[in-house]
Amino acid sequence: MLAAAHAAASTDFFLVYLANIIMQVQLNTIHKQFGSLVANDEISVLFEPGRIYGLLGENGAGKSTLMKILSGYQRPDRGEILLGGAPQHFASPRQALAAGVGMLYQEPLDVPVFTVLENYLLGRAAGGESPRQAARALEALAQRYGFDIDPHEHTSELSMGERQQLELLRLLAGGAQVLILDEPTTGISAEQKDILFASMRTLAREEGKTLILVSHKLDEVQELCDYAFVLRKGRLVGGLPLPCPNQQLVSLMFDELAPRPARRQLGQHAPALSLQSVQVHTGRLELEPVSLQLQAGQVLGLAGLEGSGQELLLRACAGLLPLSGGSLLLGGESQPDWNYPLARQHGVAYLAAGRLEEGLVAGLTLTEHMALVSHTHGLLVDWPQNRKLAEQHISTYQVVGQPESYIENLSGGNQQRFLFAMLPQNLKLILMEHPTRGLDIRSTDWIWEQLDQRRAQGTAILFVSADLDEIAARSDQIAVFSGGRLLRSLPAAETSADELGHLIGGAL
Amino acid sequence: MDSTQLIAIFGSILLQSAPLIIAVCGETISERAGVINLSMDGSLLLSALAGFVAALLSGSLLLGFVAAAAVGAVFALIVAFGSLHLRQNQVAIGFVLAMLGDSLSAFLGQSYTRMPGPSVPAWHIPVLKDIPVLGPIFFRQDAVVYFALLLVAVTWWFLFRTRAGLELRSAGERPEAAFTRGVAVRKLRYLYAVLGGALVGIAGAAYSLDVKIGWAEGHTRGMGWIALAIVIFGGWSPVRGALGAVLFGATKALATVLQRSFPQVALVAFNAVPWLLMIVVLLLVSGKLAAPLLARAPATWRRAPAAWRRTLRGLLQAAPPAALGQPLDEQ
Ligand SMILES: Nc1ncnc2c1ncn2[C@@H]1O[C@H](COP(=O)(O)OP(=O)(O)O)[C@@H](O)[C@H]1O
Ligand SMILES: [Mg+2]
Repeated sequence: MLAAAHAAASTDFFLVYLANIIMQVQLNTIHKQFGSLVANDEISVLFEPGRIYGLLGENGAGKSTLMKILSGYQRPDRGEILLGGAPQHFASPRQALAAGVGMLYQEPLDVPVFTVLENYLLGRAAGGESPRQAARALEALAQRYGFDIDPHEHTSELSMGERQQLELLRLLAGGAQVLILDEPTTGISAEQKDILFASMRTLAREEGKTLILVSHKLDEVQELCDYAFVLRKGRLVGGLPLPCPNQQLVSLMFDELAPRPARRQLGQHAPALSLQSVQVHTGRLELEPVSLQLQAGQVLGLAGLEGSGQELLLRACAGLLPLSGGSLLLGGESQPDWNYPLARQHGVAYLAAGRLEEGLVAGLTLTEHMALVSHTHGLLVDWPQNRKLAEQHISTYQVVGQPESYIENLSGGNQQRFLFAMLPQNLKLILMEHPTRGLDIRSTDWIWEQLDQRRAQGTAILFVSADLDEIAARSDQIAVFSGGRLLRSLPAAETSADELGHLIGGAL
Repeated sequence: MDSTQLIAIFGSILLQSAPLIIAVCGETISERAGVINLSMDGSLLLSALAGFVAALLSGSLLLGFVAAAAVGAVFALIVAFGSLHLRQNQVAIGFVLAMLGDSLSAFLGQSYTRMPGPSVPAWHIPVLKDIPVLGPIFFRQDAVVYFALLLVAVTWWFLFRTRAGLELRSAGERPEAAFTRGVAVRKLRYLYAVLGGALVGIAGAAYSLDVKIGWAEGHTRGMGWIALAIVIFGGWSPVRGALGAVLFGATKALATVLQRSFPQVALVAFNAVPWLLMIVVLLLVSGKLAAPLLARAPATWRRAPAAWRRTLRGLLQAAPPAALGQPLDEQ
């Protein structure tokens, strides 16, 4: 009797042990490069079943790349994936799912014109299941995790959160043991987030699945996860059991602050821009009333996680979004009907983040760009003159290129230089989105030198950046945004990038 | 005009429209999978010639249709290879092929012009042919017409009721999503482009062996472009596409009748009638006009049961496959 019980207990133990081994996910020295950019640099991590992991890192740290590799969407240049100790070579996400790894992508990868049921069926093994049976199975599954889904609804009519739920159910029905969720809380309601997190807890605690939450938001990782891996610039820089002090995560996520170069205080006590209880509404986000002042020659940096409202404010200042409340004063004058052409007339320039989408015209040469911005209204273009202008700008702004080069063939840094070259002189205000994103240090410094020269002439600067070092080092004043609200406005001289990291992570 | 005459006219409209219906189904399949086969006008011409010549020389109608299907399939294969493999623009390749097919058929067909040749015999279906009104229109036709009608039903059923059809549509709508779910997007696009092309080829032979028997230079010229337009106006649905094809045939018949009644008006004016009528009617049924109309009646719209709403929307919706003509990087 006793021996039999003992044997049963040990087989139980053995089965549990076996199950754990089977679902253990191991990534060994994963390396992935896009051109010269190293997105994943020899990353090794281990995920145990029954736990919820956070994968933290700034934008561009390489989180999505690593997870796309694990889920078979992309192939690594080097390195191996082991599931329960067995090496895997996924040729497609379908194969990964068959092996038990499913991923919810940052953008829901479904077919919007299909019904929910059609999306659920697409890619499922046939297995003699009728559509009606499948619909019933889907509904039952949805109920189990507290999701509310109508199989016959069109997917395009669902909210982002519901599309995620659908995708999650599809992965579970497909046999996923390891579930990866890439930034799932962007664009869903607070209520849907709670439902999602509850279902993730159920999946891990009760069903022993492995969950990986990819995020750059500290507080949600702290709230949900047992353990966090932190990536920075393509490298794994650490792993910590959670919860832990935010400070530890912040110091892993962000670089040490380099000694700040001495910068001149150029505020001239002449008002450049003044915002009084400005409100902006878009379909996705409402910006609560914001009041800010900017003096001539000053730099105001807007910090915040992507989609916290700072971009809306910038676009509203450029006249690209209408104000839904409050007032905007330029140089002390109220501007009730602010719009983009008016902004240009008043000496306001706007540099968008998408250089080739909004600022430059792919397919045109540098000379042609000069002709485009020159404000002559003659029928004929003075090509020799514009060519000369282009040459001048190329030499003064040290652009690596020829007047005949097509703009899209220039490197990002040189495109940005040329954009600056095309800015008119004597501007009152320059508005910039991510002015140095993707640029190397040399180009970055060069661009800020140019901006300093303009500041000396009295130009004020308002910019949005995801690079906290840049914000801390280049601004006079910093405004921190969170969830559509101006959280704080603080002087840059007394703020470090670390503190900023804290603030935008919603810790304070 | 008495009723038997009217019934005879309807019967002949259906016959005249049959090749167009087949071509529209073929192109709909191809475009639903994401491949625009713009070469249709040229491949119709060349396959009409190929079908006629093959049937004439071999004495076998079946062989004629097979040869025509092969020509259509090869044209589609060139478009598919050029766009899916060589990553060239589908529209450009298709356009050049359309021109090529036209010239090639004129050149190769020189010695077969205006020759008597084989034709598809009439085949009345017992019992059904005796149904009043419907019998004479639908069941005293020939194999080509029955094939066309069957094809519409089968294509619709395949596209919207089968798993394979789901995969086909996903390749044309959101290839990235299809890829992540294990759909072999590129393979499917090849398969359905070639299948669609073969149907276009069969449509060509349907002209030269049945509807417009024989061969002459420019025998079917223009019908390919019309079929392309009908696919678009029909909102990429085989059923609405077939209705569009019949409507086109009907307005052509109407133009002939009108021309006979008003001989003093120039023939050219009546030739424009089908186009005008088609644009008006198809604008009415396509989503562009329907959507604002539906939006005007929000209260009733909201009160209607969800299932009705969906059906109505499905009937009126006419958006092209979202990834039509776009390549996919399969990593
Ligand atoms: N398909 C791609 N081609 C080129 N560069 C890419 C591609 N995917 C990602 N990258 C680059 O790799 C880096 C890491 O990206 P990603 O993994 O998406 O970061 P994260 O998800 O952490 O924000 C970024 O600099 C990004 O621009
Ligand atoms: Mg990402």
